[in-house]
Amino acid sequence: MIPGPFELVRATSVDEAVAALVEHGDDAKILAGGHSLLPLMKLRLAMPGVLVDIGGIPGMSYVRVEGDEVAIGAGTRHHELEKDAVAAAEVPILPCTAGQVGDPQVRHRGTIGGTVAHGDPASDLPTALLALGGDVVVQGPDGRRTVPLTEFFLGFFETALAEDEVIVEIRVPRTGSAGWAYEKFTRRANDWPIVAVAAVGHRTGGVGGPYGVALANMAGSVVRATATEEALARGASIAEAAALADEGTNPSADMHADQEYRRHLARLLTRRALERAAAA
Amino acid sequence: MSILGTRVVRTEDALFLTRGATYTDDLVDDRLTGALHATFVRSQVAHGRVLAVDASAAREADGVVAVYTAEDVDLVPIPPGRPMVPPAMTRPWFAGDTVRFVGDLIAVVLTEERYQGEDAAELVSVDIEPLPAVVTTADALADEVLVFPEAGTNLMAAFGEPAPADFFDGCEVVVRQAVVNQRVAPVPLETRAAAAAWGEDGRVTIFCSNQGAQQAKAQIAGWLGLDPAVVHLVTPDVGGGFGAKIGADPEFALVAWLARQTGRPVTWVESRSENLVGMLHGRGQDQVVAIGGRRDGTVQAYSLVVDQDCGAYPRLGPVLPRLTVLMAPAVYAFPKVHAQARAVATNTTPIGAYRGAGRPEATAAVERAVDLFAAEIGMDPAEVRRKNLLPAFSEPHTTATGAVYDSGDYAAALDKVLAAGGYGELRAEQARRRERGDVRQLGIGLSVYVEITGADNGLGAGESAGMEVHPDGTATVLTGTSPHGQGHATAWAMIASEQTGIPVDRITVVHGDTDLIPRGAGTMGSRSLQQGGVAVHRAATELVELARQRAAEQLEADPADLEFDLGSAALGVRGTPGTGVTLAQLAEQEPLLVRTRFDAGGPTFPFGAHLVVVEVDTESGKAEVLRVVTVDDAGTIVNPLLAEGQRHGGIAQGVAQALLEEVRYDADGNPQTSTLADYPFVSATELPSFELVDMATPTPMNPLGAKGIGESGTIGSTPAVHNAVIDAVAHLGVRHIDMPTTPMKVWRAVQQAQQEGTH
Amino acid sequence: MQVSMTVNGRQRSDDVEPRLLLAHYLRDVVGLKATNIGCDTTSCGACTVIVDGLSVKSCTLLAAQAEGARVTTLEGLAGPDGELHPMQRAFREEHGLQCGFCTPGMVLAAIGVLADNPDPSDREVREGLEGNLCRCTGYHNIVRAVQSAARSGPAAGQVPQGPEAAR
Repeated sequence: MIPGPFELVRATSVDEAVAALVEHGDDAKILAGGHSLLPLMKLRLAMPGVLVDIGGIPGMSYVRVEGDEVAIGAGTRHHELEKDAVAAAEVPILPCTAGQVGDPQVRHRGTIGGTVAHGDPASDLPTALLALGGDVVVQGPDGRRTVPLTEFFLGFFETALAEDEVIVEIRVPRTGSAGWAYEKFTRRANDWPIVAVAAVGHRTGGVGGPYGVALANMAGSVVRATATEEALARGASIAEAAALADEGTNPSADMHADQEYRRHLARLLTRRALERAAAA
Repeated sequence: MSILGTRVVRTEDALFLTRGATYTDDLVDDRLTGALHATFVRSQVAHGRVLAVDASAAREADGVVAVYTAEDVDLVPIPPGRPMVPPAMTRPWFAGDTVRFVGDLIAVVLTEERYQGEDAAELVSVDIEPLPAVVTTADALADEVLVFPEAGTNLMAAFGEPAPADFFDGCEVVVRQAVVNQRVAPVPLETRAAAAAWGEDGRVTIFCSNQGAQQAKAQIAGWLGLDPAVVHLVTPDVGGGFGAKIGADPEFALVAWLARQTGRPVTWVESRSENLVGMLHGRGQDQVVAIGGRRDGTVQAYSLVVDQDCGAYPRLGPVLPRLTVLMAPAVYAFPKVHAQARAVATNTTPIGAYRGAGRPEATAAVERAVDLFAAEIGMDPAEVRRKNLLPAFSEPHTTATGAVYDSGDYAAALDKVLAAGGYGELRAEQARRRERGDVRQLGIGLSVYVEITGADNGLGAGESAGMEVHPDGTATVLTGTSPHGQGHATAWAMIASEQTGIPVDRITVVHGDTDLIPRGAGTMGSRSLQQGGVAVHRAATELVELARQRAAEQLEADPADLEFDLGSAALGVRGTPGTGVTLAQLAEQEPLLVRTRFDAGGPTFPFGAHLVVVEVDTESGKAEVLRVVTVDDAGTIVNPLLAEGQRHGGIAQGVAQALLEEVRYDADGNPQTSTLADYPFVSATELPSFELVDMATPTPMNPLGAKGIGESGTIGSTPAVHNAVIDAVAHLGVRHIDMPTTPMKVWRAVQQAQQEGTH
Repeated sequence: MQVSMTVNGRQRSDDVEPRLLLAHYLRDVVGLKATNIGCDTTSCGACTVIVDGLSVKSCTLLAAQAEGARVTTLEGLAGPDGELHPMQRAFREEHGLQCGFCTPGMVLAAIGVLADNPDPSDREVREGLEGNLCRCTGYHNIVRAVQSAARSGPAAGQVPQGPEAAR
């Protein structure tokens, strides 16, 4: 199958990309790695009239320490993040999670900005990012703004990114040697997770107390396991806290899992993730 | 030393690995210059009345040359082609009144460029009034909604009678269980493809991806009402078939018909999404097994009742359960065996053959039944099997259902696999884990199987072969088989080389061209070696005999005094050095070729035993296959490299069915698994490397002693994996879980068993 | 629109539709038919080629996205004298292919696996090939082939670079 026809704009700078988005409005889509968008277009589930290719914009791929944060360029490909030494030292959950996205070929093309912008409730890196907390830096016609990750994922393939904005950077706290784990449950290694759980210890207590915990595929978007985080902050045991992981979630039912099973997996994987994180 | 039995690497691979094979969609052929691209419009509704098909917008689209719908086609609908199927169950070329499955053909768009086809197909507007859909065999057997109202029933075929009421009388224990042998998708990596061009001579050349050119040609000619003499069918390289490419599909015939209508060559290649609804599916049986016997482990009676889902139109579906019924007695000496089957139409993709085609379903049923019986009486499943296996036999054995097994030693196969697997230690490790209450429990699954290969019903008598030696010393072998991964180019060359002394790399094997090879049955049902390979053996033998006659004339010698020297491929007078004349020299004088055929006159019955070890995470329900140990006895092996490859692939497909794969429909007959993102095709990460154990009991049915090997792996591994997963959680009270044993199903079974256990 | 890239060492420039997928560009414009298409959903990996040293699925890349890139297909692996690439040789010797349809993508993905990890375990090979589906071999001999190629030396994880690879 093949995408419907479209016009391709090759942006050479973020400014140019934003200008193209402004010009073409909701008929335009950003093309980064293309591994979320092109599959949809081939099935004709998406038919944008204009694609703005940001793959050729220089300087969008980097991982660097800036104060207490790690800044990751939106164009950083999954395999680059997977192999990145700075990320491994400063925020090790990210390279590990990046290494579990899709398969090697997908990781060679897909970008962190692309997966964040896509807003898929079952995607790996957004789950880990949400557990970390931090910000998404976006650029629009009025310049740059910063959106906390906790406010970025709004619903089913819906994010805080406006139609005329481009993600330029992701900023997350340095977790260093704090414990972490990403528990991904699939039938086959390269499937989307049926449920996944990211747990990250915060050196400073962090936004959610001692651990940030986020869930994939338990609601319309990736979500934090707030009840679990709060219980841990209150000093609850891992088992007690994990038993609350599905509270407030609204998982979908499909052929892989009904709601009851997904809720069970969320609790189970949260317990396992926290146990691993605590053991680290 | 004979080349037979040695690990010759494939001759076809040099090309496959450097330029790639040439599949139908890869053809660069003058006859196809300027071809139009066909894009089919298919029903998105499982069952409904077609109110309107409006192609006017599509006809105006860029590059569109023509659009055809039901009203533009005057061909006679495709008849069922099977005497037991009600004749009203015909298949229209395009649905004009009724659509019967998601994927049913509604229209075709012909465009100059391939990309234009998808754009234009989207513009064909189809208005369908949905009808209630027949989705399950139970729906079908209710006969409340009819897939073919004209037929008055959904029943396509029936075999056997219900078991007599006293069937299990005298049994101390009787276990009954409904068992699903789920519908799966064959998914050859190459989707279906066809191309056709009419020549000025009034003949049509059809290229298509199939498992037997001659059969496909006969079907297409019949459907289109063509004189078979005008049809030249060519099978290019084929990217896997697994039974789903047996014969022709309606789309192939339409491509030829459209080429005639438009006066231009036409090509078609389907997308995977189209393939997963449009190509035949496999399996699809709802079974009820019942097994009764004594508490000492002796089985006294076994019953199998099968409801076969045939999908919307009759292909091989109505025939498959006949094989299931035939093979119901399996490897056992059960005193009483009952088998019965019904085959029904549903509003789903038609069912055809898939690796094993009717026999895996029989093995899955009985091997599950034996495990259920063993669990019920608390006996080791290996012991129950050993107690009930047929003793070794080398004279034909006739079963309760009339199958005549050629040779077998099932207990030896079981013993070998138990020894290779370290069965005793595995059970000990399992006991330790159970004792400790580990989260990850061990499951050990067994199966002992016998299957039928080369059961050539309706394919004609045997298989054809030809051989010609050329003046340059090379040779051509012609075969009626139709390789699509099996390695016939190598194996047939080995067989010919063994007889003629011509090196394998000097022998070219030709197949799949109905002008060059008018007669042939193709590759299916693991028949190729025991029919086609043996036919090549005969051709090579006859060629040497022909050469002997010619050489005798030339040397003015008695043929009986001539000696054939394999090393030089030459005939000379015995004891008189320097008199030799080579096959190549004889070919210089006059073409040196023979055409022959071989018919074994009956099938063979390969057998074996599989042992599978799985680990089940009892908290999540996820099963992981740790080991697959198999004994697969296919008689004499021509090329162990190829035979092992067949076993590997077969095992993987069996694991896939037991663990992962299932074609699913919702209650309205909408497919839920119509892309490879949704259909869980087994990948390398779900499989271990396999442990193969050799065993070879030659068959008396052919001079090579070879049985079929293509499907054994699947037939043996499916129940072994299935049994292993259930075994892993049996101590928690789980008795049965249907395939595929998905994490959710396993988890739920454990939950339910524990709830029941606490009551 | 105009796209330029190096395919198997040979520089090309072609006028194409923006939506043309790299897989179709290679097959239908360049005429290199080894690259196969087995699905619509970036699942099967049959279309895998090497772009700038990394394996990618050419069905999920616009030809335009390969602008300026160096692309290697199966046809670009063997030497000018027909000498097989170590991975090709290993697939042949270990019977790592049957119908051949997944093979071009599998061989290129396997080279990618070794580029990443020159001495992978059985499990690591399987994980490295998780994006490539094969229906025939059960992956058993593919894994053996990749490990055998690994033992043959570092060339097994490299693609030919120069124009001498052009065919």
